[in-house]
Amino acid sequence: MKILVPVKRVVDSNIKPLVKSDNSGVEVGGVKMSMNPFDETAVEEAVRLKEQKIVSEVVVISIGEAKSQDTLRTAMAMGADRGVLVTSEDALESLSVAKILQHFVTKEQPDIVLMGKQASDDDMNATGQILAAKLGWAQGTFVSKLELSEGKAQITREIDDGQEILELVLPAVITTDLRLNEPRFASLPNIMKAKKKPIETVALADLGIDTAVRLEVKSVAESSSVREGVIVSSVEELMDKLQNEAKVI
Amino acid sequence: MAVLVLLSYEKGDKIRPISRSAIAAATQLDTEVHALLVGENLEILSQKASQLNGVQKLLVAEHSAYAHMPAEPVANLIASIAESYEFIIAPANAEGKDILPRLAGLLDVQPISDVVEIIDTSTFVRPIYAGSILATVASKDAKKLLSVRGTTFEAVAETGGSAVVEKIENLPLSEKQLSIFKELKLSQSDRPELEGARVVVSGGRGMQSAENFVLLEKIADQLEGAIGASRAAVDAGFVSNDFQVGQTGKIVAPELYIAVAISGAIQHLAGMKDSKIVVSINKDPEAPMFKVSDYGIVGDLFEILPQLEAALKAR
Amino acid sequence: MSNIAREQMEFDVLIIGGGPAGLSAAIRLKQLAPSVEICLIEKASEIGAHIVSGAVLEPTALNELFPDWKQRNAPLDTPVNHERMFYLSNEEKSTAIPIIKPLMPAMNNHGNFIVSLGDFCRWLAAQAEELGVEVFPGFSGRELIIEDDKVVGVITGDMGLEKDGSQGSNFEPGMELRAKYTIFAEGCRGSLSKKLMDQFKLRQSVDPQTYGIGIKELWEIPAHKHKPGYIQHSFGWPLDDRTYGGSWLYHFGDNLVSFGFVVGLDYSNPWLSPFEEMQRSKNHPVIKYHLEGGRRISYSARALSEGGLQSVPKLSFPGGLLVGDAAGFLNVPKIKGTHTSMKSGMVAAEAIVEALTTQEIEPISYQFRMRKSWVYKELHQVRNIRPAFAKFGAKIATLYTGFDSMVRGKVPWTFHHGLGDYEKLKAASLCQKIEYPKSDDELTFTRESSVFLANIDHRDNQPLHLKLKNMSIWKTVNWETFKSPESRYCPAGVYEAVDIDKEPKLQINSQNCIHCKTCDIKDPTQNIDWETPEGGSGPNYPGGM
Repeated sequence: MKILVPVKRVVDSNIKPLVKSDNSGVEVGGVKMSMNPFDETAVEEAVRLKEQKIVSEVVVISIGEAKSQDTLRTAMAMGADRGVLVTSEDALESLSVAKILQHFVTKEQPDIVLMGKQASDDDMNATGQILAAKLGWAQGTFVSKLELSEGKAQITREIDDGQEILELVLPAVITTDLRLNEPRFASLPNIMKAKKKPIETVALADLGIDTAVRLEVKSVAESSSVREGVIVSSVEELMDKLQNEAKVI
Repeated sequence: MAVLVLLSYEKGDKIRPISRSAIAAATQLDTEVHALLVGENLEILSQKASQLNGVQKLLVAEHSAYAHMPAEPVANLIASIAESYEFIIAPANAEGKDILPRLAGLLDVQPISDVVEIIDTSTFVRPIYAGSILATVASKDAKKLLSVRGTTFEAVAETGGSAVVEKIENLPLSEKQLSIFKELKLSQSDRPELEGARVVVSGGRGMQSAENFVLLEKIADQLEGAIGASRAAVDAGFVSNDFQVGQTGKIVAPELYIAVAISGAIQHLAGMKDSKIVVSINKDPEAPMFKVSDYGIVGDLFEILPQLEAALKAR
Repeated sequence: MSNIAREQMEFDVLIIGGGPAGLSAAIRLKQLAPSVEICLIEKASEIGAHIVSGAVLEPTALNELFPDWKQRNAPLDTPVNHERMFYLSNEEKSTAIPIIKPLMPAMNNHGNFIVSLGDFCRWLAAQAEELGVEVFPGFSGRELIIEDDKVVGVITGDMGLEKDGSQGSNFEPGMELRAKYTIFAEGCRGSLSKKLMDQFKLRQSVDPQTYGIGIKELWEIPAHKHKPGYIQHSFGWPLDDRTYGGSWLYHFGDNLVSFGFVVGLDYSNPWLSPFEEMQRSKNHPVIKYHLEGGRRISYSARALSEGGLQSVPKLSFPGGLLVGDAAGFLNVPKIKGTHTSMKSGMVAAEAIVEALTTQEIEPISYQFRMRKSWVYKELHQVRNIRPAFAKFGAKIATLYTGFDSMVRGKVPWTFHHGLGDYEKLKAASLCQKIEYPKSDDELTFTRESSVFLANIDHRDNQPLHLKLKNMSIWKTVNWETFKSPESRYCPAGVYEAVDIDKEPKLQINSQNCIHCKTCDIKDPTQNIDWETPEGGSGPNYPGGM
């Protein structure tokens, strides 16, 4: 069985994102970049399946500027076998990414595409589902447990009031919840080995895929947390405000 | 062209409040609002849905294949009727976020997730970077697919509407079933999970001990709320890490957030600032938490919490 | 650390720390002996993420390391073009001190560049990797491996330990990195360097090291106020005459301003808070003018060595050597240490190349190669200036500095540092309590909101990396005598005295730690031990910092 894991290079989730002074976007220059933590969970799961000999090959793919190679190296240091880098200078939206992935799914023929349910930068939570639709495959989203058997995947999904267990007919697109596992720390020897693993580099421009922008970012702003702060003098007054003004109880 | 809203409901034939928020969002688009109910055994639900305020027409797609809302056939179904709609809205919950992007893939549209504000018919505001930044985005797609957050659109009333009910007869069901439902495990705990809770009651280091968290639990019991904590409280050993709300803990956005004895470190605010209503109880009138609260009481929590519990009970 | 089976890797040279000194050493080694296998580890999550400096870079060492640095696109983009120095007599008044360049060589910044030292290190790391150096950020050197009285390498920190020290589900044991020679480039008060000084008695017959704490903010200011190349320094207010320190303010890059404040850690009033001194200093008109209307982007702090030549320890020992600020090569009046650190790394590389051929156990030539280098000449000239401040106070010391600089240190005496900084605190009851103004959230800020901008990553469940050797001493000494000075000198709010009305306790919020090392230095009984936390922990200072 073969698994394809798309990985995205994003602003590290410990970094407080900084809005550019002209509000055109978020500052990414000079900021620490890391693998999207949801994707890290996907890599970890794929590598575990390989270690259990259920899966024979784990291929990671990243789309972005040349530096995304670092993200592929991180995934390979965790245990992925090889990488595909699709270079593009533009920020791509989920629809475009899904189309690019569709191209590589056709080429690589994996049994499962295992990917983060969302990227921690744009939080769109859509690429996996769009890809599944384009491929006509089953989809399992927000997965916190994954078991594979011949031609099938039993998944546990995190949903609003608990968990749902589904059986997916393979091939399928599966998107991961952070609860799926706790990713490993890459060891130093494995980081060194990863430097020698193969990466195939393709320029997005050479693929002839339509990635025109459909959703334009007009501006961004820091979300404010300042509120009115009405000081009430008694619990009765608070109850009154909550019941009649805010209407939350 | 009209707007179609996918309804989300839970067991006991209850339409989720977030569906009513989605309808509220739809009414801002100045066009006819249609609602879509998908599933099996929808008799009671369709009756309820037809009364939702603001809905002109209710479409009902009933079939056993739709039980538990599997994304693959439900997306196919919506795609089959999508031609008549300029907007398709789903609630930004697990169901909506599962189905809507798949539909977008079928229709070749870039979906817009977690919309918190509609500026005009093609411009929307949505949070990015775990809610710390708001992005204003403009869609160039002819058809707009949105999932909307419940907290910022005030839900329409459960009654007051009288929608025309129309059954969808031509259901596009394929022979091949891609995913098979096995089991639903509802959360066993009496307390909702922190991240999805409608009410969160959080305590800080001023709670003084683990035992005193019982006072918060009593409030949470009255409101069916979850318990949270600031990092200071976690570090002091009052509660475990799982309860921590904040930048390095859980990010919550309940309708009501009650912060008790929490000073309001910026790290904590990062985890709860999207809450709809914030109440702060603190003995220090200078606590920064008051600046980010809608309502505050200055005083001793050991006096205020029992009073609040009694008032909630009496309600 | 427990005795678990550890993987081993062997190199010719191991370098602990990816700052200017460690990276320069790595680069010079590869330039001199391309086949030498070098491994460099850095505790920060990426190179540059723990680097704190003003920074005005004097390119002397860089010119030697890479004469073609311009072609290599080194990030030296803002030459210094205007320089001012102020003595602040109170919260409103200031006196501009004329800078007479021939007479005050330390103050002359002509030919220097305002840089982000973090970005500069990232550039150095890229050069090093290109030359074949293995650079591993995210790995801390946790323990020395000493065999037959010789340092043969270090053990990297375990990853994935739980709070109680047990192994978590993703536990990854640290490994043994072994090398013929190990270069310690940990910066000021390195935790392994400290052990080495003890083990090999490297501080015998030298003065105690004295330190300062530098706290820095990075600002973006309105374009109309921005004058790239402008630098200013101030001393005097808000510090009293007996407390050494002052501010810097540099305009560089795209509307960026580096603002920072140094306080000598030999201060005596336990009520003093370096953080609050820095915050209130911004209210002075000569500083406020520049920052008003801007926004603060990042925050950082780091201790620095101020002892100068008198405090430099023995530099080599069997199996390795100390470079950069781990040895203490900062030029205090210049407030610059990057060029001397780089040079010491380069000299260390030369000594090691020689030692590799002669196979001597200790790269002994490093010590005298350094003595012959311009670093010693430079530090010798300024050796009396910092101690003069401790001896005479700021006003008289300034006069002394003028005199000493005029004769370029050619005086027959050398002032000594008598006591360690930790011995200088007076009892709280004997000192004036300092009331600091409240923050306004525009120009001045709280510590909490500041630490937020340091982008700290610290896995919550890891074991505490800050430990009190003896818990009871805190109550009897730190609290009863000094009223918890750590809760004021820590620039990140790691230490909090809680329940002070009933039963005072020390609360350690180790996840706030920004690795400045001040607690390890200033604790009055040296009761706090700063150990490296899990690799990759700590602040993540962004580009521009």
